[in-house]
This record gives sequence, C-alpha cells and structure tokens, in this order.
Amino acid sequence: MLRLEKRPNPSRFWNYATPVLAVVLTMVAGGLMFALLGKNPVEAIRTIFWDPLFGEFAWYFRGQLLVKAGPLILIAVGLSLGFRAGIWNIGAEGQYMMGAIFGAAAGLALYPADNRLIFPLMVVAGALGGWIWAMIPAILRTRFRTNEILVSLLLVYVAQSILASMALGALRNPEGGGFPGSRNLSQWASSANPELIAGTGMHWGVVAAFASVIAAYILLQRHILGFQIRLAGQAPRAARFAGVSPNRLVLLCMGISGALAGLAGLFEVTGPAGQISIDFAQGYGFTAIIVAFLGRLNPVGILLAGLLMALTYVGGDNASTNLGLPAASIQAFQGMLLFFLLAVDLLSNYRIRPSRKEAA
Amino acid sequence: MDLLGGINPAVLVASLMMASVPIILAAIGELVVEKSGVLNLGVEGMMIIGAICGFAVAVETGSPLLGFVGGALGGAALSLIFALLTQVLMANQVATGLALTLFGLGLSSLLGQSYVGVKPPPTGRLDLGPLSDIPGLGTMLFRHDAMVYLSIAAVAAVWFVLRHTRTGLVLRAVGENHEAAHALGYHVVRIRVLAILFGGAMAGLGGAYLSLIRVPQWTDGITAGAGWIALAIVVFASWRPWRVLLGAYLFGGITVLQLNLQAAGARIPVQYLSMSPYLITILVLVIMSADRRRSTAAPASLGKTFHASR
Repeated sequence: MLRLEKRPNPSRFWNYATPVLAVVLTMVAGGLMFALLGKNPVEAIRTIFWDPLFGEFAWYFRGQLLVKAGPLILIAVGLSLGFRAGIWNIGAEGQYMMGAIFGAAAGLALYPADNRLIFPLMVVAGALGGWIWAMIPAILRTRFRTNEILVSLLLVYVAQSILASMALGALRNPEGGGFPGSRNLSQWASSANPELIAGTGMHWGVVAAFASVIAAYILLQRHILGFQIRLAGQAPRAARFAGVSPNRLVLLCMGISGALAGLAGLFEVTGPAGQISIDFAQGYGFTAIIVAFLGRLNPVGILLAGLLMALTYVGGDNASTNLGLPAASIQAFQGMLLFFLLAVDLLSNYRIRPSRKEAA
Repeated sequence: MDLLGGINPAVLVASLMMASVPIILAAIGELVVEKSGVLNLGVEGMMIIGAICGFAVAVETGSPLLGFVGGALGGAALSLIFALLTQVLMANQVATGLALTLFGLGLSSLLGQSYVGVKPPPTGRLDLGPLSDIPGLGTMLFRHDAMVYLSIAAVAAVWFVLRHTRTGLVLRAVGENHEAAHALGYHVVRIRVLAILFGGAMAGLGGAYLSLIRVPQWTDGITAGAGWIALAIVVFASWRPWRVLLGAYLFGGITVLQLNLQAAGARIPVQYLSMSPYLITILVLVIMSADRRRSTAAPASLGKTFHASR
C-alpha cells in the first residue's frame, strides 16, 4: 500500500507542474466523455484546442480569444486575492451584473450627449456597482460574522432578478418596439468600447485585465498589503499577532474583487454584449473561480489560465457548430478541470511513499 | 387590497409543505455531513444531478419510485467524487464543493438535453383514507405524495440517530474533534465518506422531487439555488434536525406566498417578488450569525482536513 507523508514545504516543482498535469488529465477524461457522446475524441479535442489557434479560421477565433479571456482574467485576479487570504467571494457573477447595470445606467442617463468623458464616467460607475454588491457580504461578515460564501452566492440570484427588471423596465430601450433590452451601448460613440486594434479582439476590458495582472503581481510581491494577504491565508494566527486586521482584509479583498468584477461587466456591456439584456450574464463569474485556481492564485498563472479557459469557450463554440457537440459539455469539461486540479494538488503538499510494515 | 386576496390558507399550507420537501431533504443530508465535520458546498450540484438522473430513470422505466432511487444514486455518485477528493486526496473542501456545483450544473444540462419538454410519469398521492376527507386539515396535511411524509420521517430519523444512538455519538465525535476520535480508534475517513454519501443521496432525492413532482419537467438550472438555500438552512437551524424542518417550512411558506402573489397579479413587480426568498434567506442568516451563542454551535472540526500522521 501507499501512504502519504506531508511535505514540510509545498514542492516548487509540483507547484508549476500540477496545472499542466491537470489539463492533460482533463483532456483524457474529456475525450472519454466525448467518446461516450458518440464523437471521435481526438477530433473533438483537436477542434477545441488546436483549430481555434492554428486551423483554417484561426484569424477569426484568435480575436475571440482575448474577448473571452478579458473578463475571466479581470474577475479571477480579484478573486485570487481573497482566496489567498481565506475570503471566499463566490458571487462575482452578481457583481459582474451589477457593474454592467450601474455603468449602463450612468451612461444612458446622459443619452444622447456626445462627450468623451461619458465612457470614463461609466467605467467608474461600473466599478462602483460591483464594489457595492461585494460590500454587502463583506460588511455582513465583518459586522455579524455571516458566512460570506452563502451571502455572496445568494446575491447572484438577487442580481439576476434586478437585471431582468432593468432589461424589462427602467433601462429598456424606449425605441426598441417594446422588446426587452437596453439601447445598444456599443453603437453610441460616447459609450462604445470598440476593438482597439482590428482583428485582435483587444478592447479596453482586455487592457484593464492585463493592467490588473501587473498591479496584482506588484501588490503581492512588493506591497505590505500583499504580504498581509499571503500571511493571513497561510498562518491566520500569526497574522493576527502581527497586527493584521482580519476585518480590514475582508473589506479590501471583497471590495477589490467586486470592483474588478463590476469593471468586467461594464466592459462587456459596452463592447461585446452591447446592451443590458435578460441573458447578459454568461457565467464568467463562476468560470473565473476555476481560472483563479488553475492559475494557482498567482497573477501570471491566472493570465495563462484565463487564455486557456477562453480557448475552451471558443473551441467549444467551434465544436458545437462543427461537430454538434452540446454546448453544456464544455461547462462539464471546465468543471472536470477543476476536479483534476484539486486532485493533483496533493502532489505539491504530500509525498507518496510505499508504506513500511511496522512492528507493532 | 387584501395582501392574501383570494388565497386559501389551507391550500397555502399544503403547497408550502410540498415546496419545502427538496430543501428539507437536501438540508437534513447536509446536516449529517457537517455534523461529521465536513463542509460540502456542492449541494446544488448534487441536487441537480439527482434531478436529471431521477427524471431520466422515471421517464425510461415509467416508474416514479425507480426515479427517486435513481436520483438518490446520482446524487450519491457525484458526492463520491467529493469524498475521494477531500478525504483521500485531502483537497480543500470549499474549492471542491464549488467544483462539484459547477460540474454538476454542466453535466446535468448535458444529460438533460433529450429530456426537455418530456412529461414525467405522474406520482400519485398517498391514500390516507378517511384522514384526507377531514375538512381543512385533510387538504392541508393528508393529501400529499409519499415524499412529503418521507421528508418529515427523515428529519425524525436523523434526529433520533444523532441524539440517541451510538452511531450518532461516534459521528458527532468525529465532527467535533477528529484527532481525539482517531485516537479512540474510530475510522475518521470511513465515517466521513459514509456521511458524505448519505448527504449526496439525500440531495439527489431532493433534486428528483423537484423534477418529478414539484415542477414537474426538466429544465436547465432547475434547482435555481435550492442547494445553496439548503446550506443556509443548516446554519439557520444551528445544526439541529427539527429546526431544519422549521427553517425549510418558513422558506417554503415565503416561496409559495410570493408565487401566489405573482399569480394573483399583485402590484409588486414579478422580479422583486422572485428575489424575496433569497433576500429573506440572507436576512435570516444575518440574524442567526449575529447571535454569538448560536454561531458557536457549528461542529468544531467543520471544514478541516484530517490527515492521520500516526
């Protein structure tokens, strides 16, 4: 039999190797799943992971890659700060929706003015919307010790209702012939978040995502707050003795992740999505949780993980049009990736040794 | 306008008992899991897998009974992944629970594709003879399907086992202090795996109730947060079985009331009514956690990973 021996320190090698191993295992298991669905597994994996990058229509897919990766990275970077400190904001999906609603409302209030300051104002409003929505679980946790996991998650359903009511009511396009959904923000020059370099998919949200990666890297490596976050996660008691206020960390981590999720929502509603509609939220807030873990809660890792996860979205679309693979199978595939990741994490924290027969 | 205008209280009670069943089942299962010291946040995922497995089995065999068995097995199968990851591979319980939910939502919509728009075989209500003819009370309490009574029986059984049997004592010992329980010679991991499987089966049963009786059809995301509400109800109940029943009925009452208000065309917009159950759950959570005595009711080893180093 085998036994596990706890490593005194997590293995550096496995820390980098486990995400790769998890991706490979997921491809194998995913291939099995596709085979069960009656598809050729090799072809399915190639359609998802290879064709969007190097296939015939790669020029189109490569642009889509950054469009999908932008919000994922932006949200995941924020979440990773809290996850490191043991603060579980899993309601980013709701904060994403509220950011979009706040931002869009701020812009639409000024419609049809033509002013270059409108877009920056909307960006601020979007961040504010996400921040406010994240402050609810944060304040409830610091004031009443209410579990932030449950509150932030339940608020996603509340945000979903608010989004529906906005699309049908307050923000509905008055010239839309009674159809649900707001005016198209991407077609109004003052609020549009266009592609900055044609064909790359690069829009302001992607720029913000890259900036957040750099900022988070500096914060974690060079700033006292980053040190406190890491300390609180690894040794909560030591952190308290060192004078780190747990409440302050909760407010900061939740606030930052909420604001970033709100920004992601704002950039999405003014760019790729274009309008507030009932089905505006596509699950980026939840997938970003997987991205954060896949990137080992490390900003640079999250950048790579976000691109990979975007590839599964883009490739999944490709596979569903070309192979008739159900869209939901990609969601299952992403969930599987998180399972494998958590499973192989064992290797970085434990050594596997053959167990000796001990004399009793 | 009368707030309850035209809503018959007896019918309201009857439908709140039905509406609460999925949450009672899932919450009482999760209570056992948490009593053993494990926090499984994957209730939503296990419920929805139970919902689709139960639905598929019932449609294919034509038997709702087999459907419920299938739902329980589906939920238990998914929870087995959680057990393997957290108990054997010592993964973080919060992250694994989230993974279970994300995976369950994806897998269920994959499995459910060919079942959209299909009608499940109807589940008859339990014949209680003359009891169901009592005016008022009969409508309220004695005209339900068997699962309504089974859910109450499950609460009673869990209460009895936890409180009055040796098994319950061992389970609680493992949840309060796994090191001590290990030192006494109990198999911490084995007990926890069994508790997790029980929790998965109960969540699956709750999910199957949703797709087979409560809705009854298959739609993507059918659970709509019921699993998360079940988790909140366990906190609300301070880990006590009978309070789970109370919490679930309170919640069921609010759900039914807002649905009735929607149907009655109340002047409150539909979206605000449909967010009310979630808001009230949050409010209740806040009230319970603000009370210091209650917040210490959680099992002491809850969410901690156990690794037998000796």
